[in-house]
Amino acid sequence: MTSVPFDPSAEAAGATRRILDDTLHGDARGVVVDSPPGAGKSTLVVRAALELAAAGRPLMVVAQTNAQVDDLVLRLAEKEPELPVGRLHSNDPDPYDKALDDLGNVRKSARAADLAGLDVVISTAAKWAHVKGVEPWGHAIVDEAYQMRSDALLAVAGLFERALFVGDPGQLDPFSVVGADQWAGLSYDPSASAVTTLLAHNPELPQHRLPVSWRLPASAAPLVSGAFYPYTPFRSGTGPGDRRLSFGVPSDGSGPDRVLDEAAESGWGLLELPARHTPRTDPEAVRAVALVVRRLLDRGGAAVSERSEDPVPLTPDRIAVGTAHRDQAAAVRAALAGLGVAGVTVDTANRLQGREYDVTVVLHPLSGRPDATAFHLETGRLCVLASRHRHACVVVCRAGVADLLDEHPSTEPVQLGVTVKFPDGWEANHAVLSHLSEHRIAWSPRVSP
Amino acid sequence: MSLISTLARLEAVESGRARPLATVRHRHVAERPLVLVPLTTAGEAGAPLGALVGTDPEEPTLLVVPQPRDRDLRFAFLADLAEAVLPYVDGFADDVEAAERGETDPETGKKVKVEVELCADAPQLIVPSRAGVEYVRLLGRSTRFRRTAEQDPETPFPAPPRVPLLGRWLTHYGERARVPGSSLLLAATDLLNRHWATGQSSLEDQHLGALLAWIDAPEGSSGAEAALRAELARDRDGQLLCPPAGPATDPAFDNRLLAPAVERYDRARQALAAAEDGQAADERLGDLHRAEREIRRLILAQLRPTWHAVWRAIELVRELPPGARVADRWTRDRWSFTGHRDRVRAGEPPQPRRDDAVTAANKLAARESAQTQLEAQEALDDPLVMAGRRLTGEAFVAEVVEVTMAWSESKRPAPRPLLTVRTDDRPHLGEGVKAYRSLEGKPQTARFVRYEEDGSLVLRVLDRMGRGKEPAEGSVPEKGDRLVWTLFEHDQRVGPKLPDPEETPWTHGGPPRVDAVEAPDAVTPEDLL
Repeated sequence: MTSVPFDPSAEAAGATRRILDDTLHGDARGVVVDSPPGAGKSTLVVRAALELAAAGRPLMVVAQTNAQVDDLVLRLAEKEPELPVGRLHSNDPDPYDKALDDLGNVRKSARAADLAGLDVVISTAAKWAHVKGVEPWGHAIVDEAYQMRSDALLAVAGLFERALFVGDPGQLDPFSVVGADQWAGLSYDPSASAVTTLLAHNPELPQHRLPVSWRLPASAAPLVSGAFYPYTPFRSGTGPGDRRLSFGVPSDGSGPDRVLDEAAESGWGLLELPARHTPRTDPEAVRAVALVVRRLLDRGGAAVSERSEDPVPLTPDRIAVGTAHRDQAAAVRAALAGLGVAGVTVDTANRLQGREYDVTVVLHPLSGRPDATAFHLETGRLCVLASRHRHACVVVCRAGVADLLDEHPSTEPVQLGVTVKFPDGWEANHAVLSHLSEHRIAWSPRVSP
Repeated sequence: MSLISTLARLEAVESGRARPLATVRHRHVAERPLVLVPLTTAGEAGAPLGALVGTDPEEPTLLVVPQPRDRDLRFAFLADLAEAVLPYVDGFADDVEAAERGETDPETGKKVKVEVELCADAPQLIVPSRAGVEYVRLLGRSTRFRRTAEQDPETPFPAPPRVPLLGRWLTHYGERARVPGSSLLLAATDLLNRHWATGQSSLEDQHLGALLAWIDAPEGSSGAEAALRAELARDRDGQLLCPPAGPATDPAFDNRLLAPAVERYDRARQALAAAEDGQAADERLGDLHRAEREIRRLILAQLRPTWHAVWRAIELVRELPPGARVADRWTRDRWSFTGHRDRVRAGEPPQPRRDDAVTAANKLAARESAQTQLEAQEALDDPLVMAGRRLTGEAFVAEVVEVTMAWSESKRPAPRPLLTVRTDDRPHLGEGVKAYRSLEGKPQTARFVRYEEDGSLVLRVLDRMGRGKEPAEGSVPEKGDRLVWTLFEHDQRVGPKLPDPEETPWTHGGPPRVDAVEAPDAVTPEDLL
């Protein structure tokens, strides 16, 4: 038996070609594309938009946040500066990125009628939902469709004839601040994701997936793929050794330095603090996170990747800290400010979705907790936190999470008619933890003798 | 759970008595609510066993089903319940005030004001616990589709005349109870739990007797001990001293007292049926009445402690002054009541078994906005609730130390004064974050500008200062003012209008089919009638 060597570029190009073919020439009203983290979703959206525009099909693009919309407008302008693009925005002050003002081909307005006739009109789902009484668009692209709620799609679906739905099924599911159990199991449960509803009513729609993650390094793709996408595996676009992380300053032997070395070497590092039940903003864990970031910058980190042959210095804007809760993020920000670190992104999993960094430092969602609730076990949360990095990910955690998981098996009630999601958060947490335990460094603040 | 309610719980554990979670009452309590304490039969969903119902604590109406498996008796119970509930509900239907409602004119598409009726008050239903709310919903579901002989002369088991209407009202109340902050249908445990923290788990807080023991224990005694007694203490015959608030009954009661009594009743009925002459029948009828009276006595004994507990709970929350925005939320409840009154009067069919896609999405959106609004309003009404938000960094109290006048850079400069304020709280402020304060009941917006070297904050006031170049009098905070600023908005934005159900898009299955009337579930061999 001969094995054909895996050619990531060819695989990805093939998938993209099939998607565009279905979108431009297929007769289905919708096309769904599943994209694992960093698989070139944005590139695909831009390309599909350009090809639809080139084919003379009026196109509306639905994204979920203003930042995503602005980012798409900028990417489109970069690829095709002459393309007439409309940016539909809200009536709030500063409704869009000021960088859009420098683009001559981009018209901005709060009224859809002002943008009629432009090749591409882009806005958030929330803004589109208020657009009424206009001629429907022939085509739409719905970005981050797995993070869009079914009721949000209901509000905009009347605006287009056909649509390309693109998203990452492994990230955080949309949620509601009130109970929606009474609709669980209905095909149009308003609190479910847009794709769930779409496919429940239109099971015959073509579904594609992007097979290659260009973001995740060879050290991370197998773990993320195995733990979060067990039935739809993907590969990394780069091989082992294509990405390297090195430090100018050698380790001082402290916990943070040793975990950084481990992460530079293997792509993963687990800095384990002694087991303890703590408040959410565990001061010791927060300090450990801040120290790791401080040392990462102090030691003159440099990254080598397929993007450039020369080592690129690791600057604060290439580093992110991820947490589960907003108060934890606030505590880490305060701790970083206390250590004189500025410019590092610190945010919750929800807000880190779709973003990319060289190195991430993660405060484990279950660290120090006495219980494992559905929120903290949510598969998507861990998946987002473990898949933002191009080089390495350091997890800071209290010991004893494996025992905690064993004491708290998932006990969510089974709802009739609801597809059970695999893997469940419990399983995924165990998979990630068991992998991380191979890269464990015990916490020691001082230099060992 | 917020830090401040955790603290209240810890203090409750330490002191053995419940601690307040609120300084004002956050729910509307009607002058004359209708209290309903239902009991259900073990082992059969939706088979009522009995109920106490009424608006006078001293004179409840007792309704009992002596043999809950007999469907005729069940219907008789429901007919009696309808007679107890519907006159109370109807009593509110005709006392109306004129109101305006914004509607879209179907021909011009323009927004117009329409003169409509709004009921001046609404009937309020109070049950002991959340399980009671669920039971109201279940009774509504099981009765609103029943057909009366008048509606359908062919129906094999006609329901008593007013039962389907009762089902529609119970369904409406059960559905309204899912809207955060609504008060049409309340559970006594929810009322108490909103206003007091106990030293027991939230699961134990669902036990009305134990909950009330923590809050209402006599001066000097331990609420914790009283709660334990309420939960566990039994008499010599093994019966709970404080029966569960239902609708489920205690198994010891079912097995030792209820089952034998029902059996005696069954035997008496059989004997009556087998009577051969008039005299024997009279005697046996007497036996049957005695057996029935015995069951009524047993069930009343189970219901009465809960009945009094519910009224005691109502008394306790009535002692708190109402929050300033409670009346506003009750007005929404009145709209909800009026709306359903109108639908019933217009002869619309009962609520469907399942919501269609558009109705479900509309309900979810309304509830989400009610939830956010409730959280904001409770904090604005109650300094203790606001303290919880301050601790989480979502609000702060600050003293104005300096006011610097400034204007916007436009053709017609508008006032945009800068406030320097000092706070001991630690709000999560960042670039461009907005803060709101209440100015004559309306929110005034300011934007965070920067931290000063000494740790004080600079805010720029953005609105509610009038149209002139100089701000309207009293619209700009003055030096020395101590103000509460919130990072959350006080009002909710109106969400987008969803398509009409007839225009449900293809992604959601298209318009619901109106031609196919949903057939009732087929009878299977497991259906024992």
